[in-house]
Amino acid sequence: MAANTVTEAGSTSSVPSIHNQGRKALFRKQLRRYWQLYLMVLLPLLYIIVLKYIPMLGVQIAFKEYNIVKGMWGSDWVGLQYFKQFFSSPNFYPILINSLEISLVTLIFNFPAPIILALFLNEIRTGFFKNTVQMVTYAPHFISTVVMSGMILLFLSPTGEIGKLFNILGLVPVNFLGIADDFKYVYALTDMWQHMGYASIIYLAALSGINPDLYEAARVDGASRFKKMLHIDLPGIMPVIVILLILGTGDVLNVGFEKTYLLQNNLNLPGSEVIATYVYKVGLINANYSYSTAIGVFNSIITFVLLILVNWIARRTSEHSLW
Amino acid sequence: MTSQSRIKESTSDRVFLGFIYFVLSIVLVVVAYPLLNVVSSSISASSAVTAGRVSIFPVEPTFIAYSTIFESSKLLMGYLNSIIYTVGGVIVQVTLTVLIAYPLARKQLYGRGIITALLVFTMFFSGGLIPTYLVVKSLGILDTRWALIIPGAMAVFQVIIARTFFQTTIPDELYDAAELDGCSEFGIFRRMILPLSKPIVAVLVLIYAVNNWNAYFEAMIYLNSERLFPLQIILRNILILNTQPGKILSDPERMIAMQEMATLLKYALIVVASLPVLIFYPFIQKYFVKGMMIGSLKG
Repeated sequence: MAANTVTEAGSTSSVPSIHNQGRKALFRKQLRRYWQLYLMVLLPLLYIIVLKYIPMLGVQIAFKEYNIVKGMWGSDWVGLQYFKQFFSSPNFYPILINSLEISLVTLIFNFPAPIILALFLNEIRTGFFKNTVQMVTYAPHFISTVVMSGMILLFLSPTGEIGKLFNILGLVPVNFLGIADDFKYVYALTDMWQHMGYASIIYLAALSGINPDLYEAARVDGASRFKKMLHIDLPGIMPVIVILLILGTGDVLNVGFEKTYLLQNNLNLPGSEVIATYVYKVGLINANYSYSTAIGVFNSIITFVLLILVNWIARRTSEHSLW
Repeated sequence: MTSQSRIKESTSDRVFLGFIYFVLSIVLVVVAYPLLNVVSSSISASSAVTAGRVSIFPVEPTFIAYSTIFESSKLLMGYLNSIIYTVGGVIVQVTLTVLIAYPLARKQLYGRGIITALLVFTMFFSGGLIPTYLVVKSLGILDTRWALIIPGAMAVFQVIIARTFFQTTIPDELYDAAELDGCSEFGIFRRMILPLSKPIVAVLVLIYAVNNWNAYFEAMIYLNSERLFPLQIILRNILILNTQPGKILSDPERMIAMQEMATLLKYALIVVASLPVLIFYPFIQKYFVKGMMIGSLKG
């Protein structure tokens, strides 16, 4: 009987209802035949386990009093002490509000921009102008964050190019990076400058996949360019828009560490201290490992809840969702 | 659209098209101006730069900033370190990515659903800064070159792109035929898959290379020794923290002259740091777009 199952399982591997014994036998047979494939996977899998999953176990130090001598596993449990410390800290609200504000302003400015750019690029014929716009707008995406931040400092200083523009317009040049309330706009607008072009590629790819018959039908009906954009292009790329919006909204607490940290100074700190930079300062500069990890865990939980929530809303209100 | 349909275009359509050209022209100018300004400033006279007389064309062209940069041993060491991290990282990253992406594209791999789920999960959740730091520390690679290669040895997003490539470009019949011929799995991989995967390897190499070249966070948290610093850290000290360029350039005699040139040097440094990316930009643009296209197939 057992031998029978093996041969049967081997020949009908696509049948889903193989019972347990057959499954094990099948796996053994697979392993013998394809062991070289499993061998290839081994090293990458080891990397994922050691550098991605073991750190996840390390999250326990958020609930412990981390002690270098006792180590991650031996340190004493303190429960939610560090979470309480964070919630009652005077830094809690400003940091949370800053993270949310910077993300939301960035989302409001930067989410529609690449969509509009892609829709517009899609309207004009391939040629020198279109190629130039694409080549130039994609380029800033490849500039490193350090160089980008350096450029922002040079251009936004009162004597920089923006200051020159203000002079031409008859305005008094301002040191934008010295004003805490302006930080979110500096962050969002420079992000738009850097990534708008590159972000439009995914929408252009979606636009190129739209059925040409739809345009033909619209032309016969005498639809204008704008109507075609509104009623064919936009619905055509809606699945991509919804998915990226879900991902963007789920990520709302995760303000990019690198740029924020590089652009911070004492003057704008009240408007630029976000969760990621605070985690870094508490953890690696003050060496308060447990507290820093607790803040990180809080951040992950909020991100997770937001992602589920936004996905749920998207599924209820449109037919597109992540899962 | 054919030329016939263009003739029939209504006035409102032409106005709308004009509006599109207008908006795109403004976008073009706004994006291009800062790029041109940086390049032109870097080859202008320092007095013209500090006085703000440079816009899109160089003023009193000179290459003094560049010759100063290439005389600095610290910057050259940073450059060399960055090349080491970029090349070494790419070799490890592309190898690991292909090694896992190819088997995941094979239907015969039992449990590939579980492995894929394990990988994708890490895109949304991580242990965070400190737990990862502690693992890197316990591996004993803090403040070594390995600290910039091992922690980022593979990116799941790139694995998904590569897996999609293998799934969509290599037909199952090819595997069946090779198996009938009695070819081993390694044989199939080496003789058939590798030659066919040149396009995806090019995509992976460029994506990883640009990311490695531009990275600074890992270097900031894992490295202490100055001799190991990549270019981005040295740039940060000059561009952001405003460390005296003379100090960085380890040339005290010329320090006073340097201070006058500080701003000019910043512009030149921006260009020098972006040079490798600039040189390969035509390839980078082509292959990044290709990578995005393959990635969006599954997205």
